[in-house]
Amino acid sequence: MLRLPKFRYLVPHTVSDAVAMRADAGADAVFVAGGTDLYPNMKRRQQTPATVITLARLEKLRAVEISGDGMTIGAGAVLSDLENDPRIREFWPGLAHAIAEISTPLLRNMGTIGGNLLLDTRCNYYDQNFEWRQAIDFCMKRDGEICWVAPGSPRCLAVQSADSVPVLIALGARVRLLSPAGPRELPLEDLYRNDGIHYVTKAPEELLTAVWLPPPDGWRAAYRKLRRRGSFDFPVLSIGAAIRQRGAVVEDARLVLGGVASAPLRLTSAEEVLEGRPLDEAAIDAAAEAAARPSRPMDNTDFSFLWRKEMTKRYVAAALRDIAATPTVRAGGPESVRPL
Amino acid sequence: MPSRPPGSSPPASRLSPPDPAKRTRVVGRPWEKVDAGAKVTGQTRFADDLVLPRMLHCKLLRSRRAHAILRRVDVSRAAALPGVVAVATGSDLPIPFGILPVSQDEHALCFDRVRFVGDPIAAVAALDEDTANEALRAIEVDYEDLPSIASIEQAVETPEPRIHEYGDRDNFHKLVSMEFGDVDEGFARAEKIYDDLFFYEGSTHLPLEQHAALADFGPDGKLTLWSSTQTPHYVHRALAKVLQMPASRIRVIATPNGGGFGGKSDPFNHEIVVAHLSRVTGRPVKICLTREEVFYCHRGRHPILMRARTGVRRDGSITAMHFQTALDGGAYGSYGVASTYYSGALQTVTYPVPAYRFDGARVFTNKPPCGPKRGHGTPQPRFALEVQLDRIACDLGLDPAAMRLSNLQPPSSITANFLRIGSMGLGACIEKVVEASGWRERRGQLPPGRGLGLACSSYICGAGLPIYWNAMPQSGVQLKLDRSGGVTVFCGSTDIGQGSDSILAYIVAEVLGIDPFDIRVITADTDLTPVDLGSYSSRVTLMTGNAAVQAAERAREMLVAAAGEKLQIPGVRIGLAEGRVFDVEEPEKGLSFSDAVIAAESKFGTIGTVGSYTPPPSSGRYRGAGVGPSPAYSYSAAVVEVEVDPATGIYTVPKVWIAHDVGKCINPVLVVGQVEGSVYMGLGEAMMEEMAYRADVNGNVMHKAPSMLEYKSPTTLEMPEIVTLLVEDPDPNGPFGAKEVGQGPLLPIPPAVANAVYDAVGVRVDEIPVTPEKILRALKAMAAGQPGRVGPTKFPAIPYPDPVRIPTPAEGGDGRARDLAATGAGGVRKS
Amino acid sequence: MGSPPDFLKASVTFLVNGERVEVSFAPYKTLLEVLREDLQLTGTKHGCELGECGACAVLVDGRPVLSCLVLGAECQGRSVGTIEGMATADGLHPLQKAFAELGAAQCGYCTPGFLLTAQALLEANPSPTFRQVQEALAGNICRCTGYIKIFEAVELAAARMRGEEAVPRRETLYGTDFDESGLLPVLGSGRG
Repeated sequence: MLRLPKFRYLVPHTVSDAVAMRADAGADAVFVAGGTDLYPNMKRRQQTPATVITLARLEKLRAVEISGDGMTIGAGAVLSDLENDPRIREFWPGLAHAIAEISTPLLRNMGTIGGNLLLDTRCNYYDQNFEWRQAIDFCMKRDGEICWVAPGSPRCLAVQSADSVPVLIALGARVRLLSPAGPRELPLEDLYRNDGIHYVTKAPEELLTAVWLPPPDGWRAAYRKLRRRGSFDFPVLSIGAAIRQRGAVVEDARLVLGGVASAPLRLTSAEEVLEGRPLDEAAIDAAAEAAARPSRPMDNTDFSFLWRKEMTKRYVAAALRDIAATPTVRAGGPESVRPL
Repeated sequence: MPSRPPGSSPPASRLSPPDPAKRTRVVGRPWEKVDAGAKVTGQTRFADDLVLPRMLHCKLLRSRRAHAILRRVDVSRAAALPGVVAVATGSDLPIPFGILPVSQDEHALCFDRVRFVGDPIAAVAALDEDTANEALRAIEVDYEDLPSIASIEQAVETPEPRIHEYGDRDNFHKLVSMEFGDVDEGFARAEKIYDDLFFYEGSTHLPLEQHAALADFGPDGKLTLWSSTQTPHYVHRALAKVLQMPASRIRVIATPNGGGFGGKSDPFNHEIVVAHLSRVTGRPVKICLTREEVFYCHRGRHPILMRARTGVRRDGSITAMHFQTALDGGAYGSYGVASTYYSGALQTVTYPVPAYRFDGARVFTNKPPCGPKRGHGTPQPRFALEVQLDRIACDLGLDPAAMRLSNLQPPSSITANFLRIGSMGLGACIEKVVEASGWRERRGQLPPGRGLGLACSSYICGAGLPIYWNAMPQSGVQLKLDRSGGVTVFCGSTDIGQGSDSILAYIVAEVLGIDPFDIRVITADTDLTPVDLGSYSSRVTLMTGNAAVQAAERAREMLVAAAGEKLQIPGVRIGLAEGRVFDVEEPEKGLSFSDAVIAAESKFGTIGTVGSYTPPPSSGRYRGAGVGPSPAYSYSAAVVEVEVDPATGIYTVPKVWIAHDVGKCINPVLVVGQVEGSVYMGLGEAMMEEMAYRADVNGNVMHKAPSMLEYKSPTTLEMPEIVTLLVEDPDPNGPFGAKEVGQGPLLPIPPAVANAVYDAVGVRVDEIPVTPEKILRALKAMAAGQPGRVGPTKFPAIPYPDPVRIPTPAEGGDGRARDLAATGAGGVRKS
Repeated sequence: MGSPPDFLKASVTFLVNGERVEVSFAPYKTLLEVLREDLQLTGTKHGCELGECGACAVLVDGRPVLSCLVLGAECQGRSVGTIEGMATADGLHPLQKAFAELGAAQCGYCTPGFLLTAQALLEANPSPTFRQVQEALAGNICRCTGYIKIFEAVELAAARMRGEEAVPRRETLYGTDFDESGLLPVLGSGRG
């Protein structure tokens, strides 16, 4: 049986206690929420923190609040609750869909949205047991010196693989962090860094408390994910797209690729292609072409990286077609529904 | 439906005269399995569920190098750790073992050389698993790397250093060549000759249960080993050999296997190691492998590169075939010699091949050893043959189904390579899937991107010969009847989920006219049960079933004699049904089953009967004739529908129609379950599963990702609708006519998928798995005016020996090779 | 890595299959390990211990989760349901009966995880569509059955739990187009 390494386990009952405990515990401590990312990593000895601080008892972190000002999702909200939340399904169906694409139903009953946003970057040289990694003499992400994906690379090329991230960025999400120094808020996009090791800008002692989404306000979003099987598998290419139209014309577009770099990749040139013209087949094809250029997957996930790159335009086009086929959220917005 | 929970009362008696010639009361019905209650309540005790007092936990240190000399293994720091009770290294267990007598090439722990990443080097027994793991990390190993071999091509090109000192030459474990009939003449008669290359990637069994074993060396000097093994008898032999203990003091109990599929058919290092550590410590020692280690045990599907040269007449009938295989064997022999022969043996049993030459080679590589996975050595050549036939049919303008139907191997016939065919229901299978799938109306008429593919296959129902040469039965059954009316069946067979325990109960219940749930079944215990060779080669229903019939009929005779005396009627008038022994002419007149047992016990003394089964002798007498003969052959045909997106190559399988000639269903619901499971495993191989490796910059060959996440076993969402059609064409050699169903139905699936992709988008993927990338590559090639094909383009120059020439039955051959002296140690010829 | 400080045992009180259980164990033990090793509830299986197979699924507060990725310590005060608690004094759960009848448990190793996952599905949704059954079970791997008999058993059990007089489909038991002429009429009704 693969077992966890030994650690000290702390159970704070308030958010501020959690932050204080983390500060006290020193560098070798981590927060855990659902555990679906951290515990496998720990069993494989990719992470061996001395102290694990659970967020499981922080009911406050689970709240989902919706008003005319948008939606605030507590970082501890469980994925399956979110995918089944009728309000999210109605007003942010693209997000509900993206969450439902994460791993498996069993895992979504445990994993949290915060955990998904902070999902460790993935690489098939890194997501291996200790003994396997020992046989390749480890890699720079843990215990080693070099990146086996591209031995000349100065940085780690592990891949951003969180399903919820591209859509959330496309929908303009912001995240809230809390540290002993106080709270701060930043656009979700700015949480990420294109570095497989230092893949978030969050300081280790900062606690991700919430993600906020603006009201739908005419935005329609879609998510498409490339993977081998219909469940379990992480995205090896994904596209979160959000579009706002005025009449037939695309007013704003946000396109974000996942699974091809260490950070989510914003497709600004493809967005520009779309803006100011109707969302028709010609526009979709042109945007998809533009999207393919910056997509540079590496050979460290399932499927051949060349094919993954080639699939970029197909998947971007598919996501845009999904949006073209989606009706806009009905007028009135979420303030017209009674929060559950 | 006629299934009942164990322990519930039998159904109300409704007697009707039995007609043993045709009608059955138990056999043929969809009963629950006798262990169903335990399985759905979590009460089945698998090996890792067992706990004994004072039990220690064992872990194995495995090689981190693919090919190296072990310069030093220092366990002193590990042995000194608190909580570590014993440590073992290769020198403690120097005697080699292996499943086949001809390849005793494994050691419980490597002592001079490691041959793949994962090869075990040392073992620790400790108070708990954490301590054992910590101890492993304290063991120091100095490796001196040797050049490693990662592929068939590399093995062919690398004569030195040899991975093993034995084997036919260089890094060839086995080289064989046989010619049945005049192949040149056969090709000369051909109107067209097709010459194609195929590759079938390796895959693994991935049983959900990780292998586990618990050893207990008792104060009486006797050893008991519980293990999740499909072959307790062979484990028994390997333990006796390596531990140098009398086999009479060793007891092996196979626990119910949480999936086997062939992956638990070899005696394994860990089984021997825990037995040794238990003997050393005097305490029970358990090991449960991690999932990563299960990938290193492997013994799965051999990657095979194949060349098929086939001559045909315009009606699609085959005039000659020259079939060449190159198997990537991995680091050890395992069943590999048999696998090599199997990669050519069954090409002849579906469609007549009047002249057949087979060249087979197995190479050693520095990867986990390959062995028998569901279909053992035959899905790969079946893929090649069925895809090539599809190409031939398309090329000749024939319907692939009709072409096969008009060229069937006849029942009760003998093939060019001396395989004796009994019942042969392939024609019925093809007709059923053609009818059910709407093949004639729908093929070619589907919307763009959709297609139908058809393929057929056959599989053995047990091997004609045992793994080690002996004249004893392959399966034995003992029955104990006592005055309580209780019947206990003892048999060495192992239930790996296929339902073999239940088959014994149904068959005995049928013969004795009692309720199968009143029977106690004791299996897979070398102390308590007579030998059965194990759950492999689809032998269990046929062989244990025949042994059970014999044992039960002997018991029946005693009951009939005693009851006849008691009822004062002749034995011929006595029937056994529904828990009664009665006068068939006056059914009200009779005894309860238990009263009949009392009468028999009073007359004969304690009642115990035995039955055994030995397959009929095979007709072939040439070297290699041991692989292929079987008491009976099952047949399957499948039609697969695919939907391909030509823009991406991504495809789905919405529906599969499959017909299987099972001879006779002992229990149809279990037969349907085996068919569906085979389709699943076949689709996994066809579409996504792959044992993928990579070499690091130093040439260290590594499994690419030994995990359940990266080894892509299809989920619920990949499963198509399956229409299962059973063909019953009872075989004279099967119990009640039954043939196998556990493996055969996997075989037509991969070629049917490839043929369906061709029908859908017009490209050939001559390689398993058929992935979206490959389809897209072939489509692009076709769009660029090149052949729309992806697959191997070269077959390496393999030094196959000169073929042994065996005259066929049609040539008047007697099964022997012609002129043994000239062909014995033949020269080498490049092909 | 340095030796971490103290590992005071976690002392946990929780409901296991409706029974109150108090147990102490190292804080880094998973629920899977606590169930199997400290409570001898070995009906919960393990196939990877990494959340990649579904064999270890149990119900925590009624939700199916992977016991290999839940700490035992996290279950303080919660209710845990395992396969051992699925049958009641009245007998097998309808899902267990249907799995047994249809041969949906071949080797039986993935079965506890499937049964508990399906139980949670049917409690939340008594009339799932076929697609919903497939989706709910998409986190459980079975290597034996091809899932078909499992889907059919869940549908059969669901129908019975809705009070319908459901019997297995003929094709499920015999395949399509099966010749039963060699059989005597069905004996007895078994479970009725």
